[in-house]
Amino acid sequence: MSELTVDTPRPSLTGFTLPLTTAFGAFFGLIAGSASGSVLIGLVAGAVIAAALAFGLCTLHGNKTIRRGHGKWIGAAVFGVLGLIVGGVSGLLAGALIGIAVGWFALWLHTGAYRDNVPIYATGPQVLWHNTFLFICGAVFFFLIAPILTIIPLSFNAENFFTFTPEMIALDPEGYSLKHYNDFFTNPDWQQALWNSVKIAPAATFIAVSLGTLAAIGLSQSHVPFRRAIMAIMISPMIVPLIISAAGMYFFYSRIGLQGTYVGVVLAHAALGIPFVIITVTATLVGFDRSLTRAAANMGANPVTTFFKVQMPLILPGVISGGLFAFITSFDEVVVVIFVGSANQQTLPWQMFTGLREQISPTILAVATILVCLSIALLTTIELLRRRSEKMRGLSPG
Amino acid sequence: MTSSATDPDAFTGATPDNALRDADRAEGPMLAADGTPLKKSLMRALRREKMRALMLIAPLLIFILVSFIAPIIDMLFRSVENQIVSETLPRTVIALDDWDYESGELPDEAVYRALAYDLVAAEAEKRHTRLGSRLNYETTGISSLFRRSGRDIDDVGEVYADQFIALNEAWEEPAFWVGLMASETWIEDQAEWAARAADEENFDRAEPRFRLRDGVAEVLPQTASAYSEFARITQVEDEDSPTEEEPWFPVYMALYHDLIDNPDAAGAYGGQMAEVLGAAAEAAPGFESQDIRQTFLDIEEGWGDLEVWGTIEAFSNPYTAGYFLASVDLQLTPAGIEAKPDNESIYILLFERTLFMSLVIMGSCILLGYPIAYLLSTLPLRVSNVLLILVLLPFWTSLLVRTSAWKVLLQQQGVINDILVWLGLVADNERLVMINNQFGTIVAMTHILLPFMILPLYSVMKTIPPTYVRAAKSLGATNWTAFWRVYFPQSVPGIGAGSILVFILAIGYYITPELVGGTTGTFISNRIAYHISSSLNWGLAAALGTILLVVVLVLYWVYDKIVGIDNVSLG
Repeated sequence: MSELTVDTPRPSLTGFTLPLTTAFGAFFGLIAGSASGSVLIGLVAGAVIAAALAFGLCTLHGNKTIRRGHGKWIGAAVFGVLGLIVGGVSGLLAGALIGIAVGWFALWLHTGAYRDNVPIYATGPQVLWHNTFLFICGAVFFFLIAPILTIIPLSFNAENFFTFTPEMIALDPEGYSLKHYNDFFTNPDWQQALWNSVKIAPAATFIAVSLGTLAAIGLSQSHVPFRRAIMAIMISPMIVPLIISAAGMYFFYSRIGLQGTYVGVVLAHAALGIPFVIITVTATLVGFDRSLTRAAANMGANPVTTFFKVQMPLILPGVISGGLFAFITSFDEVVVVIFVGSANQQTLPWQMFTGLREQISPTILAVATILVCLSIALLTTIELLRRRSEKMRGLSPG
Repeated sequence: MTSSATDPDAFTGATPDNALRDADRAEGPMLAADGTPLKKSLMRALRREKMRALMLIAPLLIFILVSFIAPIIDMLFRSVENQIVSETLPRTVIALDDWDYESGELPDEAVYRALAYDLVAAEAEKRHTRLGSRLNYETTGISSLFRRSGRDIDDVGEVYADQFIALNEAWEEPAFWVGLMASETWIEDQAEWAARAADEENFDRAEPRFRLRDGVAEVLPQTASAYSEFARITQVEDEDSPTEEEPWFPVYMALYHDLIDNPDAAGAYGGQMAEVLGAAAEAAPGFESQDIRQTFLDIEEGWGDLEVWGTIEAFSNPYTAGYFLASVDLQLTPAGIEAKPDNESIYILLFERTLFMSLVIMGSCILLGYPIAYLLSTLPLRVSNVLLILVLLPFWTSLLVRTSAWKVLLQQQGVINDILVWLGLVADNERLVMINNQFGTIVAMTHILLPFMILPLYSVMKTIPPTYVRAAKSLGATNWTAFWRVYFPQSVPGIGAGSILVFILAIGYYITPELVGGTTGTFISNRIAYHISSSLNWGLAAALGTILLVVVLVLYWVYDKIVGIDNVSLG
């Protein structure tokens, strides 16, 4: 077999790479210029520096002094130093970021790497479209993640503002503090809310997991009358909009005296978490080899032993991830608890909700940051469990 | 629901079903090891298996039925329930049967008299204000009418009381009234109870419940009804005894009318009571009478308003469609169903806005989610798993965290406006208003619901073989044709699944519109919450909720037809 090598032609330096990089640099110059009040200077300076950088990089790359990956670091160094001269520490940071972009862009164009993921026969417009498409996707990912990432630095704000202060932008240590975290851990309201959440969520999870697992095992038996109807009833808390569940539970629980009690909130949250347990555990049971329980029974194990020694370890990943779903449902839930609970059952999300509605303090952002960390931990756990479960069931690890 | 792993008919192993089929096929009766016919013993095994499955399911099923299904049914019930009118004004409602709103005349004396008996009882139990606020949803002004009338209702009938007492001091004594109205056994029980209460310490048994004298309901019907109501409320509400309390004035009015209707009432009694009652019956026609209708009109002019009476009559049924009519900006007036005045009709607008905004959110989720799902499905698994985390992280992050993030970003002193001002694109005094309006709600909810679009789309696109598009291209299709004619139709199920999911979630959203929606970006769910916690019009909240629930269930039915509920995957 002979190896097929494709010789992609280098794009022309003066006709392609230089003008594009210059325009790219001019765009950043325009932004920096308009921010500091002199649009024209910024535009020209950005264009000139970017052109010079591109020329230098392409020449260095041409005589094999540097590889493609070096471009962004050299760019970062050049723009960073310039930024430091013009705008201090924050200028250094901004300059370095722009430099990375420009430096990478110049060599990305020069080496023809922009054609890497398209077939070699693709026409120019097709290549352009492919890269535009990637850019659009990048923008959507940015839309998904940026709001969550923005609140993390804001939670260290030394002022009681919901926005970046000039000190923060200048990276002045004075602009940052842990006072909102301090407030969260000392303020009795927040502590009470945290404590309530910590009390309610595990109790609801326990009910949901224990009843849900049993029912899922029952549902996966081969002979269940009215399976569809039973399944529909059990999934219904997930289907019905929360506000309707909340309204119904408020009316009904006030009738039977559970409104405004811990028991009421725990029951309501358990009901909301049950569909997730049912779905995850039945999904695990679908791949469950039923001859294993028969083999265990054959060897003299009673049903209880079979359940705990054979079935349980195999479906445990599903049970745990269902439990995590139920936990997060209860822990994040706010609509139902507002109606079913009273001031004594104020949970963390409820406290955040009131805080946001009345705009009291940026402590909310500190809480939000802590919750983001919690969700990252949960996401990791679930992902690991999923892989383990698939490995145990002999499916390929995803 | 029938997948190969759970469908009984798809098992090939030794299940009772399969054995039964074998038994059917075999000739002659097959016997099990213990000698019973195989078919029978297998049936027993099958039944036992079914029972065991049901036993495992039962705890959860009961739990869900009690903690979730019962509340939903309660809400459905509340949306039509209207017993408060017939419970608070039972006599009035019956008396009103003969009255017709169309006649254009006020109800007759009997209705006003019934109202007096009902109202004095309701006032003693403080139920009249609740009825007032209920009827106020239908006709404004009734709430204050009931509240103010409650204060003066005690005096209705005072004229008669004075005249009875002037005739004979006995009419002032509670004991005489008890003798007249109560059953003899009750009087004995009460006396025994009173003696024990006086002698024994720590005696905390309640007084025996008042019982009417046999036959008094026929002789003095209005008095019996009014007095027993008085006795009940005195015992239950005031924890007092009818033997120590003088009856309400309207009871005297009832007695006056009973004696006019039936002058021979004394015949049912003997001894002193017959004497006193007989004298009263004789004197009654000569009493100065009170025009009860005029009395009510003096208390409150509202009682001369036809609309008030029409409203009471229209809502006298224990069940009403009134709340549902109100949910679609109609109202049940005495003259029939009418449209609400324009300045009060908001629900149709709210339903339309909820639908419109949910559609816009769904549309933007498709626009943003489609490229992402496509990219994820074409990239190698290793890369796409990493990128998938960027989708799953927002999915797993608390709803309130994401909403607060948008609040921080979008507000006028927020991050986006700051950047725009810093860049010089927007003047400092002309900061964009991006929050507390529809724009803010749409942006924040698109962000929150986007993962629900991407995940189903991704799982569908993963199964589309790339060879089809390549084949199309090699047959001469342009990129666009290959995408539009070959790839896109195969991804439509994913779009359908994601759209319905996003739409269903959006239509019932409460938290985000509440926090970033202001007044123009709120949904029907915010109105439901408002009626539950602020205006306390629970019936209307229940009716709005019921309509929303029906819409969502229909959409789910469609979803089930298209994708199947079982295919809901959690990442």
